[in-house]
This record gives sequence, structure tokens and C-alpha cells, in this order.
Amino acid sequence: MSLWSRITNALRGDRLSREIDEEYQSHIQEAIELGRDPAEARKSFGSPLRQLDESHDIRVLPWLDSLRADAIFGWRQLKKNKVTSAAAILSLALAIGSCTSAFRLIDALLLRPLPVAHPEQLCALARHEIFFDGTPQTIDAWAYPAFQQMRAAVKDQAELIAISYAERMDLTYKSDQEMEKAHVQYVSGWMFNSFGLRPALGRLLTENDDLKPGAHPYAVLSHDYWSRHFRQDPKVLGRTFRMGNNLYEVVGVAPEPFTGTEPGTMTDIFIPTMMNTWVERSDSTWIRTMVRLKPGVAVEPLREKLNATSLAFEQERAKGFTGMPKQSIDNWLKQTVFLEPASAGVSDLQNDYRRSLAALSVLVALVLLIASANVANLMTAQAAARAREMALRVAIGAGRWRLMQLVLVESAWIAFLATAIGAFFAWWSAPFVVDRINPPDNPARLFLPTDWRVLGFGLALTLIVTFLFGLAPALRASTVKPASALKGGEDPHSRRRMMHALIAAQVAFCFLVLFVAALLVATFNRLSNQPTGFSAERLLTLDTVAEHPRPPVFWEQVAEHLRTVPGVENASLASRALLSGYSYNDSVSINGAPPTEVLAYFLNISPGWIDAMKIPLLDGRDFRATDTTPGAAIVSEMFAKQFFNGENPVGKSFDRASDDGARQRFQVVGLVRNARYQSVRGPMLPVAYTPFHAMDDKGAFIGIRHATFIVRTFTSNPLALASTLRREVPRARPEFRVSNIRTQLEINQAQTIRERLLAMLALFFGAVAILLAAIGLYGVLDYSVLQRRREIGIRMAIGAPAADIARRVTVDVFSMVLLGALAGLALGMASVRYIESLLYQVKPTDPAMLALPSLTIFVAALLAALPAVIRAVRIDPATTLRAD
Amino acid sequence: MPKPDSLQGSLDLLVLKILSRRPRLHGYAIMSAIQDMSSEVLRVEEGSLYPALHRMEEAGWIRAKWITKDTGRRARLYELTAAGKQQLAAEESRWEAVTLAVNRVLRMA
Repeated sequence: MSLWSRITNALRGDRLSREIDEEYQSHIQEAIELGRDPAEARKSFGSPLRQLDESHDIRVLPWLDSLRADAIFGWRQLKKNKVTSAAAILSLALAIGSCTSAFRLIDALLLRPLPVAHPEQLCALARHEIFFDGTPQTIDAWAYPAFQQMRAAVKDQAELIAISYAERMDLTYKSDQEMEKAHVQYVSGWMFNSFGLRPALGRLLTENDDLKPGAHPYAVLSHDYWSRHFRQDPKVLGRTFRMGNNLYEVVGVAPEPFTGTEPGTMTDIFIPTMMNTWVERSDSTWIRTMVRLKPGVAVEPLREKLNATSLAFEQERAKGFTGMPKQSIDNWLKQTVFLEPASAGVSDLQNDYRRSLAALSVLVALVLLIASANVANLMTAQAAARAREMALRVAIGAGRWRLMQLVLVESAWIAFLATAIGAFFAWWSAPFVVDRINPPDNPARLFLPTDWRVLGFGLALTLIVTFLFGLAPALRASTVKPASALKGGEDPHSRRRMMHALIAAQVAFCFLVLFVAALLVATFNRLSNQPTGFSAERLLTLDTVAEHPRPPVFWEQVAEHLRTVPGVENASLASRALLSGYSYNDSVSINGAPPTEVLAYFLNISPGWIDAMKIPLLDGRDFRATDTTPGAAIVSEMFAKQFFNGENPVGKSFDRASDDGARQRFQVVGLVRNARYQSVRGPMLPVAYTPFHAMDDKGAFIGIRHATFIVRTFTSNPLALASTLRREVPRARPEFRVSNIRTQLEINQAQTIRERLLAMLALFFGAVAILLAAIGLYGVLDYSVLQRRREIGIRMAIGAPAADIARRVTVDVFSMVLLGALAGLALGMASVRYIESLLYQVKPTDPAMLALPSLTIFVAALLAALPAVIRAVRIDPATTLRAD
Repeated sequence: MPKPDSLQGSLDLLVLKILSRRPRLHGYAIMSAIQDMSSEVLRVEEGSLYPALHRMEEAGWIRAKWITKDTGRRARLYELTAAGKQQLAAEESRWEAVTLAVNRVLRMA
């Protein structure tokens, strides 16, 4: 009864008081009925009020009761100043929401453990190496035979699991004309068992499903895919789909929480590694290696064992590199294997966005600080107005703690309301950001649950924020000196000093946010205005697949047909689109010299492609239908500069030198301007374009399965033609099928998608920061004018000019702004090295980068100061002085 | 006449004892009962009675119930709980021990 009843009693305080009172009254009535004199009965009862208090305190939890009273009082205070409260709550809500949203993203991508047994035991294997062209790299891709050797070597200390990169593949449950896409991952059969997963339906893969290459055409679906694609139909078991040349049987569905090991991609279908065509190849790295340490195993000896095994494998393999300089090979063999904790899984998205998210979360934290400072200033200003109330409370016996509680409860109200609104903002904004992480045709998918982690973060944030902005006003309230405050003579400057310090801090944070935003926006601008060397306007790329390898001439026929489609200006062929991520490189050799250390990049193109891409031909000619690979080549300026010392290469020859020592001779028939090949970043690459008609050693044309048609349309929106072209390709040759259509513009933009996202978010937070800082400045100035109106009135009465008044009102605050901006500048300079890797061709010391935030802040400060200044100079001395 | 203070520490005992004999009494009846039984020697002030009742109620020794009397007014009736009975026994033995000790001191001195 007791604790619970005291809690409930505290929450129904009024009723309790009434009941106690009623009992007293009934007592007195009883006495009167039994013949006592009413006056005497009342008198002997004593002061009912005092007893009521005593009984009341017995029957409630006093602290809860006072908290309830303060909560009600705080709520009334908020309602009293509706506009300021709403402004405080909304700005704080935005900041808290952004912080929570950032936390959700970071948690989902980087922190949240995989839903498997003992995720803390999981590591991923990677190696540092010096690539053949001399650049150091970190690689987490492994060849399957290397994986097998390592697995055998550490069998007793750890379980190794092979998991391929999740790849978007074409597959069909019906006919070939109804191909669809799904994210497929090749995984070790024993992965599910090692992860401690139980099937949601059917069975999962086992070690026995992963023994012989090509012998286990079984597939396990993810729960998400099963739900989306089959509406959780249990009859999915036994269904078959075709992918590549294999027919796979669905044998089971993975448990719901498990969506693969790559945060950012949700795997749809799991297939045994043995079904991958590369599984026996030593020269193809296509899997990640996860390590589950057995309990009690030391990491370092294990790492050394793995390192030795991996090195032995690579040394064996390097014996086949007869065509490469020995120095490059030796350098490359100085590789070291290391283990990285992977309890949250491994994905490229993690690496791409780790630093970006860290930078963003610093920005949102700064915005939160700015918003908190705003609310603190607001509360301080309000506390000034309530100094007498506080003094009165102290005078009639309120304790210091009680006053602190009163003010903190009010802060908690603001914080909790802001958190509630912020929660909605976070609920909406985190998926909004995720949707913009990857290109639109392959969006990132992150599992963003709202669970105790997010909830706990939100609550912790609320408490921190409450103390952040509530503690100073609370302490101030608790130290109020009733005597001086009631006289109205409290030192007015102390309060202003604190508000000014907060303004300086706000401006410093704001400067930092704007500075970083300016850098990120400039980076995005530089990157997206980077000349590509070709024209992406009205260009469609059709990634096309043939059922079986088809000779080049068949492909040419399709291109020919596409040229006749209405609306098509030009159509041609290449192995892949430029900037699509495709890259093929080899050393070259000039005049029989040893192969170069610098690599050249190659792309097979059809005649007319250069024209279609609008890459200017500087000398020589385009390919003819009779040109072949090997045989003729068109090279870029950079290629000429790199390998022909900048001389005109037309008419000269070079050899393509493969790793295995094979050579292919090409004669340069044309020279073209540089065009971006693989990335819009970095220097231009030396590129050699070679004819699409490729022949093998015996002079027979090599059949081709994948290639990309490049179509320039007449209409400004090339996608309008997409479905027509998709139909026309199989019409030309029925065994051809378009697997993906993108505009070249889309491909170009995909290059800068992270920068675009960062610039967009930084700009948004920059705008919020400056808005909040301006509101804060306005509030403080307004308050100080209000507080100094008597002084201003006197000054005006004795003839001070308006300019003098304006100067007096603003000078303090503006020196604070200046101080803050300088501090912000120092902070910016100190922190810029942490985001340097996110920048491109942007110097933090560039005067323009510094001028922009400074200018923005000073303009905002001027605008914010204007209303207060106007108010100050409009003060009418007569009324002001009379009012007091 | 002894002041109410002389009841110090024994008010709980008296209330519990009375309620154990005559359940369901209101505050005034409890007060009168103490007065009558002690032949007007012991007087409970209202200012001590009600806080004591409420404290014992929170402690779970007694429970209260509102009833509506014939006159239409409501009265709050108290009765002993199981925990109250135990408490009474404990208080009684404590009281006996104390009075025994006090008597012994009086005799010896």
C-alpha cells in the first residue's frame, strides 16, 4: 500500500487535501453533535491548515509532490510566454532531432552488432599492400584458393567464413524476358551455422552445400526478400530461378533480423560460394573473409599464421608474373595481413561514410549547442523578469534546492517537449538521408529500428540538454539574495555578462559550422563542375547482356538498328560506359622496352563512339569497321604524354603487356582529348581506346556477353526513350536483353553523390545554425535594451544623439560576435585536418572560404541587431522615466 | 491533568488496542474512547491524533474506509490490518517491558 499509495496520492494532491479536510470537518461535526460548543470544538481542534499540511506530507512522497507542483507551475510558465517557449522548443527540437537522426545512421551503419551469435567474436581479414603502380592500398578482397589455405592453416584457432560482395544480379523465376534484379551474396555453407542462425522456413545452407565447384545449386532467401517478393508464401520452397547458366532451387528462408553482413545493402539471396565461377581462380579476388575467433585464442599468433599463409599463396602466384618488373613484384609482396573487429559487419559504405558521418555528427552537435545556448539565454532573460518572484520564494522560506528544482523542472519541460518533436523529425529524416546515399537505381538500404538504443540515446540527450541550458539559470535562481533583489538593486551586469559569453560561444560554433559547410559545398561544386572531357547531355547508356557470348558483328547490328529508332540521334558501343566504375589496366611497352610501371587504361569501343561521346579528335582518324583488337588504337593526350613523351603518337606503335608476359601490338591511329575514365577525382589517366572487334591468338573473333550501348537522343529527357529502346534491342536480336538503363548524367552524378549529400546537409545545418544564432543575438540585444531603458532614457533626455545610443547598445554584443568569430576561425583551422579527406581541390586557408562565413555572420548579426537598435533610439525619455 | 506529551510513544499503542477491541471507529470515537477508558486522565489532542492515524495508515497497520452516515455526512472509519495486529503485539510487549523496568527502578530507588 504505502509507496504506491504515496505516489498516487502525490499525483492527486488536491483531492487528497479535500479528503483530509473533510475528515476534520466530520470530526468537528461529531463533537458538536455530541453536545460540545461549536466554537470550543473548533478551537480545541487547532489550526486545520497546519494539520492538513502535516497529514498531507505523511500521506504523499514529498519530493514527488513538489515535483508535481513544479511541473504544473513550469507548464504554466511555458504557456505564459507562448511565442518564446515555442521558439525555444522548436529550435531545440530541430537540433535534438538532427542529433538523434545522426545517431540512428551511425548506429545502423557502424555500431549495431550483427544479429548473430556472439558478434563480438567476429573479425574481418584485410591486408596492406603496395600496388604495382606504387600506391599503398588496403584490400579486404580475397581469392577463394587463398581463403581455403588460410582456413586450413588456422582450423583449430578460428573459423573462417567466405562472404562475397553483395552484388545486384539478373535472375528470373520465369522466362528470360522477365529478368529481375536481386542482391546476391555467395557465402560459405557453414556461415549460417557459425552465426547461430535458425531458418524461418525450410533449411539453411550447410557445409555439405559448399563442397564441389558448381555442384550445389541451392539458394536461401532473406526474410525481407521473401516478404517483399513472395508475400511470405511458404510454397516458395522448391521454386527455381535461373541466374547466369545455373538453375537454383530455393531451400529455405533466413531468420528475419539477418540481412547479410554488409550494412547499407540488404542481401536478398544467399548462394554457396562453390557456385561462383571464380571459385577455383587464384587471380580473382571476390570474397571477404570473416574470422570467428575461438574462445581464448590470442590474436597476434593467429594473425601471423594467416599472414604467412597468405604470403606463401601470393609468392606462388607471383611466379606467374613474368611480364612485370621485378621491383614492382617485390614491393607488392611486402604485404601484411591484419584483423579488424567486424561485430557490426563490413561494407564499403562504412568506409565511405565513416568520416562523413563523424563530420556531420560534429555539425549537428554544434547546432545542438547553439540551440541550447539560445534556450539558456532565453531562460536567463526570463529569470531576470522573475528575480523578484524568486526572492519572494526565498524570503518565505523556500530552500535553495527547491528553487533549483523549480527552474530545472521548467527546463526539463522544454527539453522533453523538444525531444518529442525531435523524435518525429528523426523518424522522418534518417530514412530521408539513407535514400540519398546511393544512386537512385540502387539505393542503400539500412535497417533503422527504433529500439532501446535509440530511445536511450534520446533520453540521455534530453537530460544532458536540460542540464546544459538549465543548470546556469537554476544556479543563478538558487543564489538569489532576497534583500537586494526585492529592492530591485541586483547587479544587472552579471546576468548580461553570462549572456554575452553565450553569444560569443554561439557565434564561434556557428562560424565553425558555416566554415565546414562552405568547404563541403565548394568541394561538391569543384567536383561536379569538373570537366569530364565528353558530353553527357541527352546520353543514355544501355547495359546489355547476350544469352551466350556473341561475335562483335552481332552487337554492331543491334547498334545499327538502334540508330534507326525515331528520336535517336546517334548510337554506338563500348565495353562499358565511362565513369561507371569499370576499369581495365595493363602495363605497356614501347619499342620492345620492359613493361612500364605506370599502368595504361583500356576501353573497347566501336567506330563512331568518339563522335557519339563528343570527345574531340585531335589528330588521326576514328576506327573503321575493319580495325581490330589487337591492331589499332586511339589514345588520349595523357597517354601520349606518359608513354610517347608528349610527341604526336599517331602512326607509332605500342605493346599491351599482360601480367603473364603476353604482348599485343597496337598501332596508334588517332589522338583524342583527355576524358574522365574511372573517376572525376585525381589526375587524368592515360587511356587507350581499342576496337570492339577483338580477336584471340588464332585470329578468331571473341564472343561478347556484356557491353553497353551509348545512345544520344534528340529529346532533352533521354529517359523518355528508355522503354522503347529496351524493346528495340531484343527486336534486333532476340538473344540480347537490356539489363540496366541509365543516363550518362546519372552515372556522372553518382560519382559525387557523397559530396552532394554532405554539401546538402552541411548547408542545411549551416542555415539552421545561423538562424539560431541570429535569434539568440536578437533576444539578448532586445533584453539588454529593455533592461537599460532607464539609462537610455536619461542619456536621451540629456541630449545623446541616436547614433551614440545605437553604438552603446550594440558595442558589447558586437565585440562578442567578433571574439566568437575569431574563436570559430581558430577552431576551424584546428579541426580542418580531420575533414581534409572529404575535401577536393579546396584549400581551407583560401580567403574566399573564410570570407563567406564571416560575411554571413556579420550580415546576420546586423539584421538581428536592427530591431533592438530601432527600439532603443525610439525610447521616449519622458514616458520611460515617468514609468519608474 | 497530564499533558498529551505524557502519551509520547504510547499513542500508537492506544489507538491500535482500541481498534483491536472495537473495529471501525472514526477519529472522534477513538479520541473519546481513550478519554473514557482512562477516566479522563489521558487526553489526545486532535493535532496529534490525525497525523498519527495517517502515519499508521501509510505504514499499513490500519486501513480506512469512507462511509456515509444517516445524516448524509461522510465519516472515515478505521480498522486494524493483519500487520496492525502484529504491530500491536509488539508494542504491547514493549510497553510491558518498559513499565516493568520503570517500576523496578521506582522500587529500588
